[in-house]
Amino acid sequence: MSVVLETKHVNKYFKKPVLFHVLKNINIKVNKGEFASIMGKSGCGKSTLLYILSTMDTDYEGELYINNELISGESGDKLSYIRNKHIGFVFQFHYLLSEFTVLENVMLPAKKLGEKSLKEIEQDAYQKLKILDIEHLAKKRASRISGGEKQRVAIARALINNPSIIMGDEPTGNLDSHNAENVFNIFKRLSVDEGLSLLIVTHDTDFANKTDRIIQMSDGEII
Amino acid sequence: MINWKVILNIAKIHLVTRIKQTSIAALGVTFGIGAYITLVSFMTGLNAMLDNLILNQTPHIHIYNEIEPSKQQPLDLYDKVGNSFKVIHSIKPKLSQKKIHNALPIIKYLNEDDNVKGAIPQIKAQIFYIAGSIELGGNLTGINALDEARFFNFQNYLVKGSTEDLHNITNGILLGSGVADKMSLDVGDRVQISTIKGDIFPLKIVGIYQSGLAEIDAIQSFANLKTVQRILGEAENYITDINVKLHDMELAFDMSQKIEKQFKLKAIDIKTANAQFETGTSIRNIITYAVSITLLIVAGFGIYNILNMLIYEKMNDIAILKATGFSGKDVQMIFMSQAMIIGIVGGVLGLIIGFGLSLLINNVPFETEALPTIKTFPVNFNGWFYLIGFVFALISTFFAGYLPAKKAKKIDPVKIIRGQ
Repeated sequence: MSVVLETKHVNKYFKKPVLFHVLKNINIKVNKGEFASIMGKSGCGKSTLLYILSTMDTDYEGELYINNELISGESGDKLSYIRNKHIGFVFQFHYLLSEFTVLENVMLPAKKLGEKSLKEIEQDAYQKLKILDIEHLAKKRASRISGGEKQRVAIARALINNPSIIMGDEPTGNLDSHNAENVFNIFKRLSVDEGLSLLIVTHDTDFANKTDRIIQMSDGEII
Repeated sequence: MINWKVILNIAKIHLVTRIKQTSIAALGVTFGIGAYITLVSFMTGLNAMLDNLILNQTPHIHIYNEIEPSKQQPLDLYDKVGNSFKVIHSIKPKLSQKKIHNALPIIKYLNEDDNVKGAIPQIKAQIFYIAGSIELGGNLTGINALDEARFFNFQNYLVKGSTEDLHNITNGILLGSGVADKMSLDVGDRVQISTIKGDIFPLKIVGIYQSGLAEIDAIQSFANLKTVQRILGEAENYITDINVKLHDMELAFDMSQKIEKQFKLKAIDIKTANAQFETGTSIRNIITYAVSITLLIVAGFGIYNILNMLIYEKMNDIAILKATGFSGKDVQMIFMSQAMIIGIVGGVLGLIIGFGLSLLINNVPFETEALPTIKTFPVNFNGWFYLIGFVFALISTFFAGYLPAKKAKKIDPVKIIRGQ
């Protein structure tokens, strides 16, 4: 089974206001098609770890591999490209561009990647919206749809470039139990049907218990 | 690699959804550029008119024979009193004639020079205008009417009649407007003039001359060279003044020095004669540019402010763009292109408004005694001003957009996303 994401001896320190060792020698692996969750108490460093894995935070020690390629120490432009092509994000907040339509929001990362023609991208976007059952919203402005729908649009946007892994930072944190259930089922389906890898940070135990693997963290260490 | 289509599309949507703020920012640029174009066109038009007032009728070099005492008195040549203190009483001017010796060959020589546009002769004579028993003192200048018109825009100062009329009528005179008023004369009438020697000649008035300076108009008249020579009883080579117009005014000083040495005549260049006019021109230009730049700086602050606010408002958008793979440079370009679009749209509108206002000013009636041929305010429609104005607009919006865009480039998405 191929490894999508791997860290070797990752350490991170917060230097302000006092020196603080946040992450202590983190070694994790996420395999292809695996649905993993990271759990732990507030402040244990799970989000910090996720942002290192996401390549957005570059201030750490150790090695990070995506698709078996070492990406620690790469240039900002290269990292942007990797995020664009290989990683999809879903956050607690949806972060949709409110002036754009749902369709445009979903298409944006693919337009940036620029590997396909506009027509193909639009087709892809419709297909992703269909997977998430929200294709009827395509032409609506992102600010005009409900919270649960926004989160699903955000998932569609994360999927548009067919990434190697989806990372989520409390993706159900702002949703009611019905919508949270919904989002979980979508993730589960993507994992099973499409063979997508997922790494979700959460402190919702019900959510975590239903995933393939739980990575438990405490005080900057994996237990 | 920057995908401009995507970037410009985002910039466009940001601008269009905030059309009010966008138009206010663009209007700032529009007013700045419009004011610059209007000011600079009007000011330089006015400058050119005022300069022409002096330059057109003033020769670049004026050559004449100065009546003055010899620089070397006979006593200076006597070396036996070399080291003594010498006092000479009642020095008289050197006995010489008013006319320029060998004037015609000198004119011919000057006209062959490549730097000279034209050298034309004049005769200045003191005369009296006779009205019944009253004699009015005056100046009569003998001119070659067609050449004067060609080189010194003489026709601009004729309120009635033309230079051709003077050229065609041997005994014609162009009477100063002041003289004409005093003696109740008009074109077609005859006026009698008397020379200092007392000879009386009747001349036919073919035109009225008006320089705008009442003192000159009250005494000055013009007649043909030959007419004046005949009145004075002089030969055809009697010339008192030579006026030279050059292709390049800047050469006037050097040339006048050369002429003085070569011909032993007095030669005055235009800058020595009119030192003050250049100062006025440059001060008016400085004022124009100072006002325009101030307006553009104010407009620039407006753009800076609006973009800065936009970036605070769009913090989340910037974070997610960066998270989904847009580089810092892409984000910077999104905001830079917004500033530049505001600059281009505002600048073009400003050019149009500036042109419209200039046209309006150009049609406002403006009548002055000094320039009988000018009927409306002078405006200089120079393409360069429009180019400079547009470049101004681009530069000021570039700087106004640069700092906020740089800030957007540096925003750390992790901080924004974790801060939610």
